[in-house]
Amino acid sequence: MTLEGRRLAIGHGRHVIGRDIDIVLHPGEAVALLGPNGGGKTTLLKTLIGLIPAHDGEVTIGGRKLTRLSARERARLVAYVPQVHVGTFAFSVETVVLMGRTAHMPLFARPSPSDHDATRAALERLGIAGLAARPYTEISGGERQLVLLARALAQRPRFIVLDEPTANLDFGNQGKVIGEIRALAQTGLGVLFTTHDPNQALRIAARVYLMRHGRCVADGPVQDMLTRERLEAVYDAPIRVLSAAGGTAFLPA
Amino acid sequence: MTTKRALPRAGAKRATIGYAIACLVLLAGLVLALCVGRYPVSGRDLLDLLAAQFGGGAGGSPAAQAVILSVRGPRVLAGALVGAALAVAGTAFQGLFRNPLVSPDILGASSGAALGAVLGIYFSFNVFGIELLAFAGGLAAVVAVYLLGSAIRARDPVLVLVLAGIVIGSLLGAGVGLVKYLADPYNQLPAMTFWLLGSLAAVNPADLAPLFGPVAAGTIGLLLLRHRMNVMSLGEEEAIALGVPTRLLRVAIIAAATLVTSASVAVAGIIGWIGLVVPHLARALVGPDFARAVPAAALVGGGLLLFIDTLARTAAPIEIPLGILTAAIGTPIFIWLLADVQRSWS
Repeated sequence: MTLEGRRLAIGHGRHVIGRDIDIVLHPGEAVALLGPNGGGKTTLLKTLIGLIPAHDGEVTIGGRKLTRLSARERARLVAYVPQVHVGTFAFSVETVVLMGRTAHMPLFARPSPSDHDATRAALERLGIAGLAARPYTEISGGERQLVLLARALAQRPRFIVLDEPTANLDFGNQGKVIGEIRALAQTGLGVLFTTHDPNQALRIAARVYLMRHGRCVADGPVQDMLTRERLEAVYDAPIRVLSAAGGTAFLPA
Repeated sequence: MTTKRALPRAGAKRATIGYAIACLVLLAGLVLALCVGRYPVSGRDLLDLLAAQFGGGAGGSPAAQAVILSVRGPRVLAGALVGAALAVAGTAFQGLFRNPLVSPDILGASSGAALGAVLGIYFSFNVFGIELLAFAGGLAAVVAVYLLGSAIRARDPVLVLVLAGIVIGSLLGAGVGLVKYLADPYNQLPAMTFWLLGSLAAVNPADLAPLFGPVAAGTIGLLLLRHRMNVMSLGEEEAIALGVPTRLLRVAIIAAATLVTSASVAVAGIIGWIGLVVPHLARALVGPDFARAVPAAALVGGGLLLFIDTLARTAAPIEIPLGILTAAIGTPIFIWLLADVQRSWS
């Protein structure tokens, strides 16, 4: 089963910001959408999960057209992890994760014991079971990101897409979240995330799509894509490469 | 196998205590409203009467029986229903619009009902005609707001809906002003003013059936949807991504809340504040999870309106309009809640 976009034209409302985008996500791989701000990464992400309709082309999951799936069916296949937000109401962490079970419940139903079990399993897998009773509004940004990851896991999807999963996180929390995202792909989930930081793509992803001005300018394995020449072209800025025994890192020069 | 029973749900103990308090509020409101008044009924008479209703016992004093069954009973029932309905509708709307300052009339239900009612009074309709016009006005206003909101395509449909509600509401307010201006200042204007301030004084047993139908239908609908309200309160995109048919659910919640608000306004006039303040009290009692807050709001809303209505009947030689009392009591409660932001809504 793959999540696939073919010849996509993307944009908000009548305004088209990108064309001719081909993208594919397989189970068990982590893929990065990398590029400068305003390049259309988030819009592409939202188009791929049906939050924004495609202007042209089509998105398919396992060969079925996304537009033919109900919201429920789609949510059982793809989970979405938005950028960390605070929210209006001080729901407990457990309540937030339990909301991931919505697609598995009938419209009027209350959560069943199996929904609570899935919630608990997701909390334990990410090591945040201790936060269950805490208000989501009062925990740290890194913890919130883990809670949103747990919610996506409770959804039991085949694919997870994440919008800037480490934006606004401090260094330590970035490391933790990066580790968890990598682990998700290793368990067989297809993981797609946006980032404007090549170092993160380097640490998490196996494949990269480079986006600029609404076009996918190149894609391929990380080691081929994340070179100084390509990154300088994509970001239109000079970049320094630091190499050491442990690996490579990029710095804006 | 459920060998590993999940930990107790977060906040379960607090919620149990909260529910107990909410039930006490309703119970106290009921007893107070039935017993206190120009003809006081003792607790013993009330118990005798209850026993008689469920077979057995003589039924207490005939005077108490008459007061409770034909005078206070219908009014108390209507008060509990209206209070519960407004509170549940307010809780649902605060979640749907992701804003704790929203009340059930945000989409123009009250202004539409008000215009319907003052028109009814202006054309000298009977009470039933006035109520029907008020009900129709409330429904029509919300339908107009919803159609306007849907016609304007925007990235945030909820914001457009709220703005449409404000615009239509002020237009309807101007309509009410015009009718009052044209009305006969000696006969019609006082009636309009009194109605616009809200009162349960005119409730008679015949009102209960038409009130009960829509209020019960809407309230039960909102209670059934309460588990999805959590998800709806996250906003359009996240709710869709979590697998909720947001369009359908939004229409269902708005329809149910409008039904109960319009029916309440038709019978009791405009009673503000209950739908705004009670959801906060409910969340303070049982936490923000809508699965708990919605039933708690129903209990507290019914009880609180009974307290206020009892005050309206007994505090002064003449009846005080409910709208004035709810504002006088609601304002300090709301200021206290605002100061206590962490616990109640953020």
